[in-house]
Amino acid sequence: MQAVNAVLLWLVLALVLVAGVMVVVHLVRDETAGDPTFLALAAVEVVLLVQAVVGCVALAGTERDVAAATFLGYLLSLPLVLPLGAFWSLAERSRAGTAVLLVALLTVVALEVRVFSIWTAGA
Amino acid sequence: MRELSSGWGRILVAVYAVFAVAATGRSLVQLGTDADRAPLAYSLSLLAALVYLAATTCLLVGGPRGWWAALVAVAVEAVGVLVVGTLSYAATDLFPDRTVWSHFGQGYGFLPLLLPFLGLAWLRRTSPRTGR
Repeated sequence: MQAVNAVLLWLVLALVLVAGVMVVVHLVRDETAGDPTFLALAAVEVVLLVQAVVGCVALAGTERDVAAATFLGYLLSLPLVLPLGAFWSLAERSRAGTAVLLVALLTVVALEVRVFSIWTAGA
Repeated sequence: MRELSSGWGRILVAVYAVFAVAATGRSLVQLGTDADRAPLAYSLSLLAALVYLAATTCLLVGGPRGWWAALVAVAVEAVGVLVVGTLSYAATDLFPDRTVWSHFGQGYGFLPLLLPFLGLAWLRRTSPRTGR
């Protein structure tokens, strides 16, 4: 289980990096994010949803002392960030709107790091 | 007067919303699971959460009234992060556990320290008196 969690963490971070670079390129060129960028965001989202399920199963199965409420709070918030960010970004097709996607991606990284540190704290 | 939540305000709203949710969640978990451990710190966590929620809402609502309310919220936030940040270094016994504002928001990449000043700068640019 531990190995699966680590793989998911790195997969999320790698995909966030790809999507992040795409967003930064849009920002520098002052163009709005297109389908490829949103596909990259969707890929992150899919892994986050898988992670939410895997994380719940792992929490139910672990015998270690994990701070359950906090862990679940972060774990289940993660899949909400990108849809909300995309929604807020698409409401204004400007450079600022595109920057919102970057804020959403950085939020995912922050939450991801927190989830993992809470999970490994008892190990 | 420019919309408070458009342009760069859109980014500000996004960041404030993240902090509003994060601070609310954190303070509720702290107060719900272990309220006796650090009552002052946890109450301040809740205050920070309410301030972030208020700032987010005001920016979203907009208009002159939203602008003034946002100014109050952001000013409280600026004072809060400076006072709590200083106290967390000077009077460590007051804070057995951390809050969003402890050590000037170190646990959050010092964003809590930066945010109110970005907020003030944005409110200055969108002031109902100088605008239009």
